[in-house]
Amino acid sequence: MRHLLATEGLTYDDALTILDTAEEMAAVTSREVKKLPTLRGRTVVNLFYEDSTRTRVSFEAAAKRLSADVVNFSAKGSSVSKGESLKDTVQTLDAMGADAIVIRHSAAGAAAQLAASDWSEAAVVNAGDGTHEHPTQALLDALTLRRDWHAAHRGSGSSTSPRGTDLAGMRVLIVGDILHSRVARSNLWLLRTLGAEVHFAAPATLLPLGVESWPVTVHYSLDQALAAAPDAVMMLRVQAERMGGAFFPTAAEYTRRWGLTDERLATVADLTLGETQSPALILHPGPMNRGVEISAAAADAPQTRITEQVTNGVAVRMAVLHLLLTGDHA
Amino acid sequence: MSTPAYLITGARPYGEEPQDILITEGRIAQLGPDAGRAPGSENAVTVQAQGQILLPGMVDLHTHLREPGREDAETVETGSRAAAKGGFTAVHAMANSSPVADTAGVVEQVHRLGLDSGWTEVYPVGAITKGLAGKTLAELGAMAESAAQVRMFSDDGHCVNNAQLMRRALEYVKTIDGFIAQHAQDADLTAWDTEQPAQMNEGRVSATLGLPGWPAVAEEAVIARDVLLADYVGARLHICHVSTAGSVEILRWAKARGIQVTAEVTPHHLMLTDELVATYNPVYKVNPPLRTEADTQALREALAEGIIDAVGTDHAPHPDQAKECEWAQAAMGMTGLETALNAVQHAMVETGLISWRRFVEITSERPAEIYGHPHQGRPLAAGEPANLILVDPSASTTITPEQHATKGRNSPFRGLELPGRVTHTFLGGHQVLAQGELTTSRSGRSAE
Repeated sequence: MRHLLATEGLTYDDALTILDTAEEMAAVTSREVKKLPTLRGRTVVNLFYEDSTRTRVSFEAAAKRLSADVVNFSAKGSSVSKGESLKDTVQTLDAMGADAIVIRHSAAGAAAQLAASDWSEAAVVNAGDGTHEHPTQALLDALTLRRDWHAAHRGSGSSTSPRGTDLAGMRVLIVGDILHSRVARSNLWLLRTLGAEVHFAAPATLLPLGVESWPVTVHYSLDQALAAAPDAVMMLRVQAERMGGAFFPTAAEYTRRWGLTDERLATVADLTLGETQSPALILHPGPMNRGVEISAAAADAPQTRITEQVTNGVAVRMAVLHLLLTGDHA
Repeated sequence: MSTPAYLITGARPYGEEPQDILITEGRIAQLGPDAGRAPGSENAVTVQAQGQILLPGMVDLHTHLREPGREDAETVETGSRAAAKGGFTAVHAMANSSPVADTAGVVEQVHRLGLDSGWTEVYPVGAITKGLAGKTLAELGAMAESAAQVRMFSDDGHCVNNAQLMRRALEYVKTIDGFIAQHAQDADLTAWDTEQPAQMNEGRVSATLGLPGWPAVAEEAVIARDVLLADYVGARLHICHVSTAGSVEILRWAKARGIQVTAEVTPHHLMLTDELVATYNPVYKVNPPLRTEADTQALREALAEGIIDAVGTDHAPHPDQAKECEWAQAAMGMTGLETALNAVQHAMVETGLISWRRFVEITSERPAEIYGHPHQGRPLAAGEPANLILVDPSASTTITPEQHATKGRNSPFRGLELPGRVTHTFLGGHQVLAQGELTTSRSGRSAE
């Protein structure tokens, strides 16, 4: 792996290597001294063309815990807003000695273009490109799911570590704006690679034309999707700009039909991880619209893994930077 | 300066039996075994053309020559050179220059620049609406009566979305013996003029790539509406760059009903599909977008069958920086003048779908007829104007945009090895291209 651009095409072995390395990184993160020297003297640039404090801070923490030097380059208020091209910006960063460029961009394909170009020798990590992919989000979701899936299924005497395991047999339901979601796309490909079954629930207006060619089961009704007994329910954020009546009539109607309301939470509470007694999981990539796609009670429920997702995000990004910059498949 | 006579020996008209052809005073003087002994042949320059095919010069109804206003992208001079190299003896320059070609002044300027260049015939296309804004009619009559004598009107690059305005335009051009060429694209269905406009064909590939989709129905709905309007008011309609299988079905229906509609297809829509967009290389960004394999196949068959009348390149040069950027920000369009013959030979002739006779119809005779040029797209016969090209059909060309005469380097065929090579172009008997190299233009310009 030279770059991490997408989960589509990411091999099973590479995915498992990232997840297993992330487990080791997570162990570091729980130590008192949360730092490894592996990237000392290396420079990681966070090139953010879109505001996303959460993702940037996560990558920054990850790089710093590996002792890398971190440069944050925000396109807002920089020369980029004066019309500098991506090419010139990247060549500038390259000339300053960037070893890895973590790029977030509103344009789908920006990371892939950067990796395919001769503008820079740096390793490229896609931190979200338009409505295309957000691979580290899917990896942190998979890390989160795998831990619970493994813990629920491991027999007495087997390892407490989920290392080397996958998501075979797990059923994951993703709910909401699939059309505009890079998180949904990245999760679909990665979860399938790891052996999980994927379901979508969304109004037809928020599903891409061509979804029928994807390896996914589509439900228009969230209630029917929940009746199919998913092991995990991932709620997607509804962007404010979709609420104007073009994609669905009102936020209230959306919540009634596709929101994880208190009533639906009661349904989810009865679901378990496979045949085990462990409760089914609730995930959300954040930031949440409490009261729209997820009720406050659902957001704070015991089977919700939202804060674990954030923690795991740092571990996954440490793993990705470590693997790309050291070439060390530890 | 006087143009010499030319004796072309051993060329195969329409790819058929070899003949000798004598060109004097801008016309084909004689065609046949006696051409070398005919009056005027004594001082003729001999062009040995054994193995080569003689065809009427191609006529392109759809180019963007960018002048006035975007001389960094192309000029009438460089676009005309590209036309001569590509085997075109007439090109039509769309109106989306800056200022827009919506007045007699601008179309006369383009017309004059074309005459001054002299590598090909340049016919400006007039805008339908002022500023291509789709609100009010431009001065169509003034453009028709100008020195440029405009007959073709198009807002190409923009669709005339307003049905009432389209109806009026179709009616109005009847009074000036013109026709309307529609860029069929429903603005709402493609989220045009919004923050998130359509970026590529909507379908399986766009779903995965996360790029906003440009649905086939956005083209088909407008074509359906416009053939009905053309029928209703009894006007002529031309459809630019047809790109979908569904559009072909609507055109088939309209033609069967006797509606006066003609249509063109680009070489790139005959050859390339939206799978290429997965590279996110903006060289593949074009409007209408590259479609699917099934569309490509339907377009080829429709062109062979006559549902689609002509090839139009939609030659759209852009400076490098307009393509060396994020997909969403990149300009739409591809160069096409210097690769059209290769692409059409590859997609249509080599596949056995058409003969060279049909090639002549779609690249020369029909487009000339659609516009109404009396001296272009003429038969290869004694007495006819010598707008001619020689093609080596057995040659193969690796497409290298840096070798092109156009300023644009945005060829989607870069690196592909395609058949055919235009070796000679005669513009009214004047040899503007010899052995694949530009010579001097009809106005005496050299290509240096």
